[in-house]
Amino acid sequence: MLVGSGPGGLQTAYSLARTGIPRCAVLSRDPAPGGMFRHFPLYQRLISWTKPDAPFERGSREYEWYDHNSLVGDERGHSALAPEFMDRTFDVPARHEMEEALVEFATRGGVRVRYGCEWLSTRREEAGFVLETSDGEYRCKICVFAIGVTEPWAPPIPGLEAAPHYVAAGAPEHYQGKDVFIVGKRNSGFELAQGLLPWARSIVLGSPRPVDIDVLAFSPLSIRYLSPYTEHIRGGSGSYVVDAAIERVERHADGYRIHANGTTWEGLIQFDCDEVIAATGFRAPVRDLPSLGVAMVGDGRLPAQTPYWESVSVRGIYFAGNVTQASPGLRKHGATSSSSSVNGFRYNARVLAEHVAEKHFGIARGRRPLDDDEVVPYLLQELAHAPELRVQKGYLARVVDVDDDDRMRDVGILPLADFVDRVDRGDACAVAVEYDADGTILPVVYVRRGGRLVEQALPPHPLHAFDTDEHRRQLEECLAPLLSRKAAV
Amino acid sequence: MEAPAASYVDALARLSLFADLTHPQLEGLAHSFGEEVFAEGQRVIRQDVTGGGFYVILDGEAKVVIDGQERARLSRGDFFGELSLLTDEPPAADVIATSLLRCLIIPDNELKAFLLKQPTVMYRMLQIEARRLRAANVWTG
Repeated sequence: MLVGSGPGGLQTAYSLARTGIPRCAVLSRDPAPGGMFRHFPLYQRLISWTKPDAPFERGSREYEWYDHNSLVGDERGHSALAPEFMDRTFDVPARHEMEEALVEFATRGGVRVRYGCEWLSTRREEAGFVLETSDGEYRCKICVFAIGVTEPWAPPIPGLEAAPHYVAAGAPEHYQGKDVFIVGKRNSGFELAQGLLPWARSIVLGSPRPVDIDVLAFSPLSIRYLSPYTEHIRGGSGSYVVDAAIERVERHADGYRIHANGTTWEGLIQFDCDEVIAATGFRAPVRDLPSLGVAMVGDGRLPAQTPYWESVSVRGIYFAGNVTQASPGLRKHGATSSSSSVNGFRYNARVLAEHVAEKHFGIARGRRPLDDDEVVPYLLQELAHAPELRVQKGYLARVVDVDDDDRMRDVGILPLADFVDRVDRGDACAVAVEYDADGTILPVVYVRRGGRLVEQALPPHPLHAFDTDEHRRQLEECLAPLLSRKAAV
Repeated sequence: MEAPAASYVDALARLSLFADLTHPQLEGLAHSFGEEVFAEGQRVIRQDVTGGGFYVILDGEAKVVIDGQERARLSRGDFFGELSLLTDEPPAADVIATSLLRCLIIPDNELKAFLLKQPTVMYRMLQIEARRLRAANVWTG
């Protein structure tokens, strides 16, 4: 059973259907495909890029790096659909363009969903789970929830409940000439502030955590929405970004008073304003899953997951889509995955489908045999161009192992954390693209031989061309223990 | 809008490591550094793999394993990963969850700035390190 018809649900349904699993029912409470993109972003434009023209042909695997919004198909006709709908006003699609591309993917890919069927509650029984829905009960062995992170969430700040959440914010013109306080400094807070700049009299964004300039530089937010922050750091012309814990919000007849306490500075401060908006984020609409024992993380907002996106506490319950951000991988040097956006979770969904098919239905993934002299060129090519490695840095890896007949074979794309932790498995190697401690992008090789894992970083390259002669030489050196195994025997 | 019963901030406030932080400072900590929950048997930090973080156990238990040998047990309030970050070397041990394990994580590249901004946390950390060192001396001596 799969729940959800947003991009995560559609990609998972598409990929599961191609594994050979005998039956997979997909339910969605929505009337049509698209998930959150049927309504959000509120101000109608995404922050992730799609380059309609790129150095690689649309529909090729390499092109996926240039198109962060399309779902990925096993056939060219199912791939690279987002650019087909973009009018090129920007290099990021409008909301309706994204929605149209998702509807097209569902049509061309033959993704069958029972729309208008709402998942209501869940219970366990011996053979698996029972999902009670608006159309009756469904029984299944494995559940995958691609339910998005779409339920408004607010911290327990006294009085904040009087303010609308981001999802209920008015049109920009509603804020004309008003003083607006936005609680929160993440995507939705900055999106609102940017949208209100031409209308509001003043805007303050407040939350405990300071804006981290280094993190911001790597954030998709840097593409859009940062004018309010720029105004603030240049002295503030009606826009301020304040680091403070919001103690309480008081509602008065003609507005609000916010009481705040500095976090990166000491002292109390009060703000009087006409409007308050809680841009405090979202939680996954997990319904009764916590009562089944599903452990939550991030202040109860997301279900905690293993490297294969299974609940850490209830076996057989998996997650797909945006929720997979709660499976953070190795977090090397604090790096986060791209699992909270389409470009990252589209690959997670493919890996998940193969994993579920293999682990629970005995359908082994294809493992292509490789001649020993193919291994280095193949891995170099992957390091230079594999979109999975470039998007999901330090998170997904290309794995090659040695089979029982002492032959090398391509195992596929796997979670890097899973590869690193399977020290008990046979000899193998993995390559990934990662950030180092300084934020430089470089290739990293992991070799597992005789139960010991050795990690080796290869040099960075200014154009991220990781297939130079020097990379080849160093990769050969790293893989020598594996490739010379027959001689060693 | 539904608020969680026991918040992440409350969980942090209960730990002796953060006992000297004011409420706004705890809020800042909670908003800056995330939590992670590990399944029983899952590895949290990995011997000889670079890029680990500083972990503080909020709930659950873990074991410290060096070259396959269990060397210690950890529980709520204990922290790990700091030696690797302070010496700028890969971890010398695996830490593996022995129950469902909930931790606060401070990434390697943010620990120094955090400790310098919060010297009371650094002092409490030093006290705990000193006790560990004394215990280790007694044990090996």
